[in-house]
Amino acid sequence: MSEIEIVDVDLVYGRQAGDKSDAQTLALEKTSLSIGNGDFVAVVGPSGCGKSTLLKLISGLVRRTRGSVRVDGVEVTRPLKNVGMAFQNSTLLPWRNILDNVMLPLEIVEPYRSQPRSEKPAQRRRAERLLESVGLAQFGDRMPWQLSGGMQQRAQICRALIHEPEILLLDEPFGALDAFTREELWGVLQALWMERKFSVVLVTHELREAVYLADTVHVMTARPGRVKFSSPVPMPRPRSLETTFEPAFVDLVHRLRNHVSGH
Amino acid sequence: MNSPFAHRLAPWVAGLLMILLWWAVVRAFGIESFILPTPFEALYALYQFHAVLLHHILTTFVTTVLGFGLAVVLGVILGVLVGSFRIIYSALYPILVGFNSVPKAALVPVLVIWCGVGPLPAIFTAFLLSFFPIVVNVATGFATIEPELLDVLRALGASRRDMIMKIGIPRSLPYFFASLKISITLAFVGSVIAEIVAGNSGIGNVMLVASSNFNIPLVFAALIAVAVMGIAMYSVFAFIEKRLTSWSVRGAGGIEMATGG
Repeated sequence: MSEIEIVDVDLVYGRQAGDKSDAQTLALEKTSLSIGNGDFVAVVGPSGCGKSTLLKLISGLVRRTRGSVRVDGVEVTRPLKNVGMAFQNSTLLPWRNILDNVMLPLEIVEPYRSQPRSEKPAQRRRAERLLESVGLAQFGDRMPWQLSGGMQQRAQICRALIHEPEILLLDEPFGALDAFTREELWGVLQALWMERKFSVVLVTHELREAVYLADTVHVMTARPGRVKFSSPVPMPRPRSLETTFEPAFVDLVHRLRNHVSGH
Repeated sequence: MNSPFAHRLAPWVAGLLMILLWWAVVRAFGIESFILPTPFEALYALYQFHAVLLHHILTTFVTTVLGFGLAVVLGVILGVLVGSFRIIYSALYPILVGFNSVPKAALVPVLVIWCGVGPLPAIFTAFLLSFFPIVVNVATGFATIEPELLDVLRALGASRRDMIMKIGIPRSLPYFFASLKISITLAFVGSVIAEIVAGNSGIGNVMLVASSNFNIPLVFAALIAVAVMGIAMYSVFAFIEKRLTSWSVRGAGGIEMATGG
């Protein structure tokens, strides 16, 4: 479990070496956000408000221009190793079957990487158990293209969790799915989180998704992005689809809705 | 007409038809055998001179494979570099295109001055002809890697070497094999040209000697031998490709099926 502290961060795009245009985009301005140990946080906002950039900052894929990004009190200067990431589009490697895709982080992240070959069967069993927990028990030997979009996203979440990261970063992981599949996966993700209690930052533009899953929802403004409203989600867990029809839930979604569209 | 058996049979039928056409043309126009022999005369020459031919076939084969092997090793290394680093791409691409535009046959006399008559000019010519497609294809495979896939590895703290091993190489294998199939046939062209211009052995040398003796059936016998070697090597790579990169071919039919053909 990890604490994430983002303080007064500015991010300017378009100043990398080799970029011919002088155009600079201020993606984030004076953004502050803090995520406690084992918290589930959702960030919502209009498209292009720098939500995904925020995740890249935390994971260390992108460096802030000003301000500070700290994970467990340490400034993030390069990609972190205790982070799992899942993206909107399937980023499964098309030449590996599902099981080998899920096990990819174990070939890269320590201590798994240097574990002897004799540990391989145990690692395999762990991956299989994880696949089972998201309902993909029989699909380990399939190739990614043989699976539906929803199944590919399940596999992607397994890959993000296999190395037991302390932070899970989700970039609209259910955005490309149909409504039924999406709502089903909310339940799957909630169950995984309640069992393991890693810290989660979920970026989404689906307000019901944010309220269903998160402890705290942050609303960001459009470019330059900045957190302009935050609200705790008081609904008890585990939440179910029934929860989404309760007045308190509908009410909160409504209020967030107004903050997203209102300027 | 789409049964596997029909597909197995199709190339043989097409080959047979071509030989028949060849034969019919020679017969219909009464062409002399020192201009264009019938396929049967060519096959007979193949049988008649098989002992000599076999020796030269082997020479050409070894020469070609050496040049081709060199092209694979250097082509992959350069392709990975060109595909991975934009600055190397910018620096080397014009030079590569320039080198590839030079007619290789014209270089053979120079190569002879450098290395003398013998297998070296042929090995070098085979290398020169087969090198470029491998570089371009491997570079394309590396340069077109989806950045999202790299982000997945980067977010795990992967090293550059990890990214090349886990993504770059598997991702560019289909491109690599496509280039092998082109390059092996070009390598045969290269070695035979060099043997014709400046060889003292090999199939190209046989052709040169045979045509100066007006033994045109033997020339065609030699050509058939080269063609068969080309097809054989091509099939080997097609077979390996099928085993290693089946992931990139999702279903049978492709465009033919999509257009309802």
